[in-house]
Amino acid sequence: MMEKIQSIWNRFTSSRLCWPLAALFFVLLFNFFFTKDFFTIEMKDGHFYGVTIDVLNRAAPLMLLAIGMTLVIATKGIDISVGSMIAISGAVAASLIGGKLEYVDGVKTLVTLVPMPVAIFTALLVTTLLGMWNGLLISKVGIQPIVATLILLVAGRGIAQLITQGQIITVYYKPFQFIGTGYIFGLPFSLFIVGLVFGITFYAVRKTALGMFIESIGINAVASRFAGINVSKYIFSAYAFSGLCAGLAGLIICSNVSSADGNNAGLFIELDAILAVSLGGNSLDGGRFSLVGSLIGALVIQSITTTIYALGVPPEITLVVKSVVVIVICLLQSANFRKIVFSKWAQKRGIPGEKNAAKL
Amino acid sequence: MDDAYFLLKAKGICKAFPGVKALNNVEFELKPGEIHCLMGENGAGKSTLIKVLTGVDPLDAGDIFLDGKAIAPKSPHHAQQLGISTVYQEVNLCANLSVAENIFIGREPLRFGSIDWKEMNRRSQELLAKLSLGIDVTQPLERYSVAIQQMVAIARALDISAKVLILDEPTSSLDAQEVEKLFGLMRKLKKQGLGIIFVTHFIEQVYAVSDKITILRNGELVGSYETVNLPRVQLIAKMIGKAFDGFESSCKTLKLDILQESRNNFLRVRGLGHKGSIHPFDLDISKGEVLGLVGLLGSGRTEVARTIFGIDKADSGEIAIEGQTVTIQNPADAIQHGLAYCSENRKTEGIIENLSVRENIILALQAKVGWMKYIPKKRQDEISKKYIELLNIKTAGPEQLIKNLSGGNQQKVILARWLLTEPKLLILDEPTRGIDVGAKVEIQKLILSLAETGMSVVFISSELDESVRCSSRMAVLRDRVKIAEISGDEMEEKYIMQTIAGV
Repeated sequence: MMEKIQSIWNRFTSSRLCWPLAALFFVLLFNFFFTKDFFTIEMKDGHFYGVTIDVLNRAAPLMLLAIGMTLVIATKGIDISVGSMIAISGAVAASLIGGKLEYVDGVKTLVTLVPMPVAIFTALLVTTLLGMWNGLLISKVGIQPIVATLILLVAGRGIAQLITQGQIITVYYKPFQFIGTGYIFGLPFSLFIVGLVFGITFYAVRKTALGMFIESIGINAVASRFAGINVSKYIFSAYAFSGLCAGLAGLIICSNVSSADGNNAGLFIELDAILAVSLGGNSLDGGRFSLVGSLIGALVIQSITTTIYALGVPPEITLVVKSVVVIVICLLQSANFRKIVFSKWAQKRGIPGEKNAAKL
Repeated sequence: MDDAYFLLKAKGICKAFPGVKALNNVEFELKPGEIHCLMGENGAGKSTLIKVLTGVDPLDAGDIFLDGKAIAPKSPHHAQQLGISTVYQEVNLCANLSVAENIFIGREPLRFGSIDWKEMNRRSQELLAKLSLGIDVTQPLERYSVAIQQMVAIARALDISAKVLILDEPTSSLDAQEVEKLFGLMRKLKKQGLGIIFVTHFIEQVYAVSDKITILRNGELVGSYETVNLPRVQLIAKMIGKAFDGFESSCKTLKLDILQESRNNFLRVRGLGHKGSIHPFDLDISKGEVLGLVGLLGSGRTEVARTIFGIDKADSGEIAIEGQTVTIQNPADAIQHGLAYCSENRKTEGIIENLSVRENIILALQAKVGWMKYIPKKRQDEISKKYIELLNIKTAGPEQLIKNLSGGNQQKVILARWLLTEPKLLILDEPTRGIDVGAKVEIQKLILSLAETGMSVVFISSELDESVRCSSRMAVLRDRVKIAEISGDEMEEKYIMQTIAGV
């Protein structure tokens, strides 16, 4: 029995998800002791309500971005334009839906400029096309990913403001608000979007050869090409997909606040997305990746943010607190750091250092 | 004291790197007004000798004399101050700076504490005029051809110090006209009493310009010879390390029976070329034939393979497979047409190091069938186990990461990857390099048995005896041109070497 537990434990500690899960666990543990009612879930108006649900709901856009970003990073790339694409997606959807109050047959009704599905489809199409633009620059023109996506990072917010004509567009149309604030089976609708995207992506990368090709390209693009993989096609697709994910995230954010703000929607969120991938145990050097890890990473980040607000940390130092926590987590995840620290600790206690560090 | 005066003299030079004796008791002598070629195959120790002479690497033992005085260069900069300058294969100047800036970078003439541009441009102009190079020195360097850039690099080197000039493969990216220009310059400098050490892979160039040749092999000095007294065949033999007389063809045992001339053509290549890497060539390969590509390193063997396989997109000529003209734009196309290419650079172009042995094996087949048709995990396991057994790959299991395998076993995994695609033509580029003798023989046997089943094989190897043993016909390359085909009785090492040397 003990042996069995031992072997399960060993398998867990050697798994890639061990440290991301541990980080999430510690953040939640902290909340269990220090944040009031963190784990309390109530039923209100037919849906679940509580801090954890709130964390999940707020993490939805970040999780979507992290899914797209994981694939991009796995190809040894990076996409820093997702924040701007969020702004563009929101701007397109909001300006297409509009939502003026009009009197139809004497009744006050909300009407849309174009049908909502068309607006949503257009917004997603635009960001996917922008993702393709990134992919084109990187896979065909050969521009470095960070430079290529920097173009949209800078220009994207300009495009978003052009679409909204410099205004913050408010959307009154109720059905649109459902995307970011609605509930199904008592759970936030945005979680179902995440679940669907995750499910499809996970299936695509693990039940087809897509995942292996992406990893192979990230590890050695030249050798992959020599083995007959159409390297540029897959790199192109990864960026296009990242654009689609950003578009979805943009719709959720826009719908959640019922407005499109070209300047501030999704500001700096690309950095959180990259961090989520990294906290999920994925190497920014590309290659092997774990989608689940990235989702956990996104949850860790959102939990930290929510915790900081819940604790009432003064707003001027929230970023400092957040960064300290992130630094600690990153250090703990670094095998080198653990080796240095734990071998010293083990030496002091007279335990053979190497062996212990390896186990940890 | 010798009657001859030596400008540069190196005695008993030894240099070891972990696990390798790169230079063992090597002697080298350079007279003023001499162009001295340093020859040897890859890994012979040429670059190590140059690194030691120019202070890049410290030497373990031995003495270097310059002008009769013992010197110990500590860095390339120090060597330059002493009078030894080097121009490398890749021009390492700043392309976006002006010619004059490049010549004087780091030692700009100053006037009242700021750069004296006029003086700098004037002196640059003068300097280049001495080399009969009349170009505008205020233009950015990148405006000029690689040959001119190369000469600017030489001008810079000469201005800093002008006793010994080392040219490390300066001609590899130049065309014939540019090479001639460079040679003109070298002869001019030679007349001025400079000693020039010239490293190149091109045999023709050695005979065109050099006075003396020093040959290294496996870190040992083979000898120094007057160029006029050393026939090409001898040079090649000394580089490869095979004496002509008394050479025993002990290898015939493995060789296939003379292939029936069943001209069952599989691949037909006409005028295929890629500018800058291989001159247009014709090639025919029959079914079940092992065609050896021989030639010195850099002669274009690999380039032939790369062009056929679509890695370098051909800019002329056509390929027909089984009578049908095909377009091969990239490796994926080539694989669809039943081709497979096992690169000589196992690490950078072969293995995917962080993927498992299983994934590395199925990669090409999976790419061939497309990502949608995922080979079921169970089938993958069966396949990889089968090939691990078949090729005797030493691994803890299919899930072991390939980077943890030894070189020979990695090579077998790559071989398995290609065999799995059931190729009709398998191109093997140095498949036995850097692996132990046992694995070598296994791979050679495998090649022959594959050919017996009707697979065509293109076999590229630097080891001539291996090529002779495995090939049923040979194509010879020199200086990126296919110069001959050899078959039948002519396929013995002496004749092949003569063909490579061009006599």
